[in-house]
Amino acid sequence: MGLTVWTIVIGTTAAAACSLVGCYLVLRRLSLLGDAISHAVLPGLVAAFLITGRVGGWPAVLGALIVGVLTSVLADIVHRRTGVPEDAGLGVVFTSLFALGVVLLGLADGTDLDPGCVLYGLIELAPLDTAPVFGLEVPRTLLTLVPVLLITIGLFVLFWKEVQLTAFDPAHAVAAGIHAGLIHHAVLALTAGVIVASFEAVGSILVVAMLVVPPVTAGLITRRLHHLMPMAVFFATTAATGGTLLATWWNTSVAGMMAVVAGVQLGCLLAVSSVILGERQSRGERGVSPGR
Amino acid sequence: MLRYNTLIVLLGVGLLGAAAGPIGALAVLRRRALVGDALAHATLPGLCLAFLIIGERSMPALLLGALASGLLGVTVLALLSRYTRIKEDAAIAIVLSVFFGAGLVLSRWIQNHTTTGSKAGLDSYILGKTAGLLLDDVLLLAGLAVLVLVVLLALYKEFQLLIFDRDFARVQGWPVARLDLLLLGLIAVLVVIGLPAVGVILVASLLILPAVAARMWTDRLHRLLVLSGLIGALTGVVGAALSASLPRAPAGAVIVLVAMAFFVVSAVARRLLWG
Repeated sequence: MGLTVWTIVIGTTAAAACSLVGCYLVLRRLSLLGDAISHAVLPGLVAAFLITGRVGGWPAVLGALIVGVLTSVLADIVHRRTGVPEDAGLGVVFTSLFALGVVLLGLADGTDLDPGCVLYGLIELAPLDTAPVFGLEVPRTLLTLVPVLLITIGLFVLFWKEVQLTAFDPAHAVAAGIHAGLIHHAVLALTAGVIVASFEAVGSILVVAMLVVPPVTAGLITRRLHHLMPMAVFFATTAATGGTLLATWWNTSVAGMMAVVAGVQLGCLLAVSSVILGERQSRGERGVSPGR
Repeated sequence: MLRYNTLIVLLGVGLLGAAAGPIGALAVLRRRALVGDALAHATLPGLCLAFLIIGERSMPALLLGALASGLLGVTVLALLSRYTRIKEDAAIAIVLSVFFGAGLVLSRWIQNHTTTGSKAGLDSYILGKTAGLLLDDVLLLAGLAVLVLVVLLALYKEFQLLIFDRDFARVQGWPVARLDLLLLGLIAVLVVIGLPAVGVILVASLLILPAVAARMWTDRLHRLLVLSGLIGALTGVVGAALSASLPRAPAGAVIVLVAMAFFVVSAVARRLLWG
């Protein structure tokens, strides 16, 4: 029972951090960059493991900050310098980096770095690796996850005005004297950090589900950033909790179940909102279009 | 060293690459590169469901299941970006992650609840495993690859029009929407037959990388298709051969790295030759 509680704590912390940065990504239409970064940090993770001999932790987070910005910069170079379409450029960069990571992972085989753990997350086992904090045995993952979550919240609160303006209207932000490029890259670096800190919980692929799905679900309800972020966190943490419980019950993959629950939330809200918006439109109100 | 079986596998993966090249070139030009990625991830739940229903590892059934759920994923993607205010990039990420999550739930469930699960080799579909291919499998894959190539050749003119000027094609009376669907169908078939060799996560890059590498050398569509076919075939053969000598690294990743090497060499060569 204690293990399940810790699993939920780890899952919700990771989901909260991911959904916060995810709000920015979704608003800037950068969901796929989040996907790309989550694939691309894999070689960095493996390299950090080969050097330090430990999975995750602060060296991996620091390495990921660099790789995260590098992915976006490299994709931009491939797109601009070779004339390849933007989406294909992104595809080139992240699949290559991911493949590199997988091969490195294969070569590091025989050590205790398990490909399954890195790719799909083994949150079930994360609570077993503990470290004492003030006399309480706390899962080691949380020692990175909690600070990363606090830093994320802190940075968003501190630079709220800048982030808000850059998220909705980068051109206006620049005109208002905000260094939008700097904010943008800082958020990307933060994204990479969050991804690496939570990969142990949700795996390097399903982290995308937590980045994108809860903010999109929240975006169906509100269009204001200071409502969007708490709501996204709410959906993410409930998905993490529900996913963990269901997966424990059915004895299956926790990370996968979290993604499924997040998807079900989105599906339900889409159904509800299309009914409400559909009625509103039949009364002749213009605005957000739910389609025909 | 080159045993009969190895030769067959090399031939099969080479043919796969030869088909992936031209289809990938069309996909990239039609801005469908990452749609292919979402489609590939979406095949996993179908793969597992097919295994649950059949109860044994039968490649045609597994691939049929994969194709069905891949197409379902693309349908959801199209519905999301057409009937809701969710943007296409978010829709791609949603389909990709939720379907893949469902696939992981199913595959872990199979491993934990059935006795044959671990023998099913479902894991080898996630990162690809050329060495596990049987002769019959390779023949099936090669046959499908040839079929895709034949369709492409037969409809070359129509696809050319579709990619360069859709409005003109529409005005000329071509069934643009159906041609677009057909192209998506070809991409889907190719993604699915690439699964056993390259795996769910990386199969889309088999479409992207040879195409963008060939794009470095030419601006003409027919040359681009031939060249990306050649590069794709070469990637398949070299990648499969390399992965046979690197048994611990998953085949899919090795093949993708070979494809990346072709792209990097092409991009650098182009800058050196034409500046």
